[in-house]
Amino acid sequence: MSRLRQFLPGIAIIVLLIAAWWLIVTTTRSVIFPTPWRVVTGTVELIRDGTLWMHIGASLGRVGAGFFLALAVALPLGLWMGWQRGAYDTLNPLFQILRPISPIAWIPIAILWFGVGNASPIYLIFISSVFPMVVQTVAGVHTIEKRYLRAAENFGVSRYKLFTQVVIPAVLPQIIVGMRIGLGVAWLVVVAAEMIALRSGLGYLIIDSRNAGNRYDLVIAGMIIIGLIGLLLDGLMRLLEGLKMVRWRYAH
Amino acid sequence: MPIKIDLAGLRKSFSTDKGTLAVVDDVSFQVGDGEFIAIVGPSGCGKSTLMRMIAGFIPPDSGRVLIDGAVRTQPGPQGILISQHGSVFPWLTVQENLMFGLNTVESTSEKIAIANHYANIVGLKGFEGAYPHELSGGMLKRVEIARALAVKPAILYMDEPFSALDALMSLRMRNELLKILGQERHTVLLITHDVEEAIHLADRVMVLSPRPTRIQATFDVKMPHPRKLTSPEVQQLRQAILKELGVEAED
Ligand SMILES: Nc1ncnc2c1ncn2[C@@H]1O[C@H](COP(=O)(O)OP(=O)(O)OP(=O)(O)O)[C@@H](O)[C@H]1O
Ligand SMILES: [Mg+2]
Repeated sequence: MSRLRQFLPGIAIIVLLIAAWWLIVTTTRSVIFPTPWRVVTGTVELIRDGTLWMHIGASLGRVGAGFFLALAVALPLGLWMGWQRGAYDTLNPLFQILRPISPIAWIPIAILWFGVGNASPIYLIFISSVFPMVVQTVAGVHTIEKRYLRAAENFGVSRYKLFTQVVIPAVLPQIIVGMRIGLGVAWLVVVAAEMIALRSGLGYLIIDSRNAGNRYDLVIAGMIIIGLIGLLLDGLMRLLEGLKMVRWRYAH
Repeated sequence: MPIKIDLAGLRKSFSTDKGTLAVVDDVSFQVGDGEFIAIVGPSGCGKSTLMRMIAGFIPPDSGRVLIDGAVRTQPGPQGILISQHGSVFPWLTVQENLMFGLNTVESTSEKIAIANHYANIVGLKGFEGAYPHELSGGMLKRVEIARALAVKPAILYMDEPFSALDALMSLRMRNELLKILGQERHTVLLITHDVEEAIHLADRVMVLSPRPTRIQATFDVKMPHPRKLTSPEVQQLRQAILKELGVEAED
């Protein structure tokens, strides 16, 4: 009951917005801007002919490939940079310059290097999600409390054990934060990348719907689906915060 | 009794924003193998700093620390420090924490058996699978103590290990410690602010001066165990130590 009360205002504002949208479109008799109902019928149309699943699958596939590639690079790199002062001093200035460059700015170079196939968006997703994950992992290593490292040193454990039982578990909560940020940016970027050169994906669906006959109902349907899937992906990442191994960080 | 710890002319100062802060000023003493030394002194005088130097975590500015006749440069499993601030790993369960230091034990089942044995000793039976954030402050302290005892270190450095415990649990832990020391013969350095605790446990009580600290007075405690804390001997010694600390006797 209290949960319902918690969600009620959020749902109410969305319902209100849709109502206002409906009202404005019908009163202005807009020929090009669709009513919410037209968006619904448009979505059903996409589901019926199967193209929606194809576009969602294409987008998710690219995000998955780029994201996991970035994770596989960011984790060891972040741990190494966090642990070895020299590695940090060498690589950090370069990363600080590369990080603020919007992934969108990489699009021309991505196309030049990788062409207009799947490799380009995967590269863009990689570039956009690798930096936040490296930065979070490094920060995680740097903020491990000294008393834990001192205790590990005192018990004289091997380097392997130091990493698997102290350093990595201590950094894990930060790594998960990095993964949430990384996946969030990856989802933003895939849609942008697909608007440029590809013939599949939710980004392509939006651009194609506009170009092929001003189907703004499908444009808005695509936008809403992107939002919902983004919410779902973040929810999945948040499940990781519930892992027993990291719950200490959120206790108290 | 062979000499376990041999300290000569230890000094330490820290550089802070306001200049150098002299903390330890020329401390020398010896500790015999299996001896129990209690260190008392005013808050902030440099007790923890002294202990961290002896355990090898920070180098002295001058002077030397010999353990078994060899210069101590690094901490190691032969001397485990129970830190005042606690260092139980929050991401490991009680059992995993207790198993952490058991590097020389080969089989996992043996490690688990040792961990459970020590969990039992400190009264944490049934909490082996719990995570530290699910425990009380006193229970956490007991995990810390058990983790140190489990590796059977030659020297135990205990920095106010019982101060987070209530009176009853503190007394129980003292008795457990005495029982374990009867079997294992660790050499112990204990920092405490509880004079009665010092007399209850130690063979020798050292009173440190305010910062920069040096040894102000040493009291031998000759009474055999088990000691009766209400005995006039204990009370007399307690008054004498409190007087050294500048605390007027309350009766
Ligand atoms: N790493 C450090 N850098 C600067 N100053 C320090 C450092 N470590 C300790 N000090 C200072 O040295 C003094 C002694 O600290 P220490 O922790 O040894 O005291 P203590 O006797 O253990 O006190 P307490 O009984 O309150 O635990 C304090 O004034 C403290 O601020
Ligand atoms: Mg202290």
